[in-house]
Amino acid sequence: MEAIVFWVLAALSTGGALGVVLSRDPVHSAMSLVGTLFCIASVFVMLHAHLLAALQVIVYAGAVMVLFVFIIMLLSKPGDKEKRLHRGGMKIAGMTVAGLMLFILTVSIVHEPAPEGEYAIGHIRAVAMNLFTEHVPALQLTALLLLAAVVGATVIAKRRI
Amino acid sequence: MAIGLEHYLFLSGILFAIGAAGLLLRRNIIVVLMCIELMLNGANVALVAASRYNGSLDGQTMAIFVMAVAAAEVAVGLAIIIAVFRIRHTLNIDELSTLKG
Repeated sequence: MEAIVFWVLAALSTGGALGVVLSRDPVHSAMSLVGTLFCIASVFVMLHAHLLAALQVIVYAGAVMVLFVFIIMLLSKPGDKEKRLHRGGMKIAGMTVAGLMLFILTVSIVHEPAPEGEYAIGHIRAVAMNLFTEHVPALQLTALLLLAAVVGATVIAKRRI
Repeated sequence: MAIGLEHYLFLSGILFAIGAAGLLLRRNIIVVLMCIELMLNGANVALVAASRYNGSLDGQTMAIFVMAVAAAEVAVGLAIIIAVFRIRHTLNIDELSTLKG
């Protein structure tokens, strides 16, 4: 069972990665990347990293990809994209892909239930203990980096300071 | 066949290689940034797999840091893309070969 889930996930994530590289439209690339990130989240579940799987879906497949799609929409030239919206097949395809992602994630979570015990590998408390005891300097530097990134992104993207 | 560490490392390597290929082949700067994300995710898979099979949590912690750095990188990268697009009106990296603005 584990082997089947792994091979399906490997095939889907590789196919999604190829879709990112090969599709002509940046929006299609972004959608392929969302699928790939979802499959990688399922791989994390198989590796008993449930916290990372949740972070992957929330941060990557959620926030980062919304940012990407937003920028694509902002910077694409008018007339580029109007044709392909509201085509009937696209709705069904979108629904199917979204359902498939949910199914994959559910299958891997059911197959690989959360680890037992408070300090088992992958348990959120164990990860937090590791993060907040051994890696505190790195954590603080990351906080500084994020602050710098927020300020930097605002300054760079602003029309006039 | 049992799935072991090497399978996950292969998957990670394939994802990284595809991302690197896209980084070198694609001309759209937004897609190039997406390929960088793909490479970072390949690295994350390797880190988490190593953490699982060595019984140490440091790999997962490192993967969390990679995610934070990737989010910061995307924010700054997209801001740079907006600034460049405002000046040059193009997203093709072949046309963005000078830094003179």
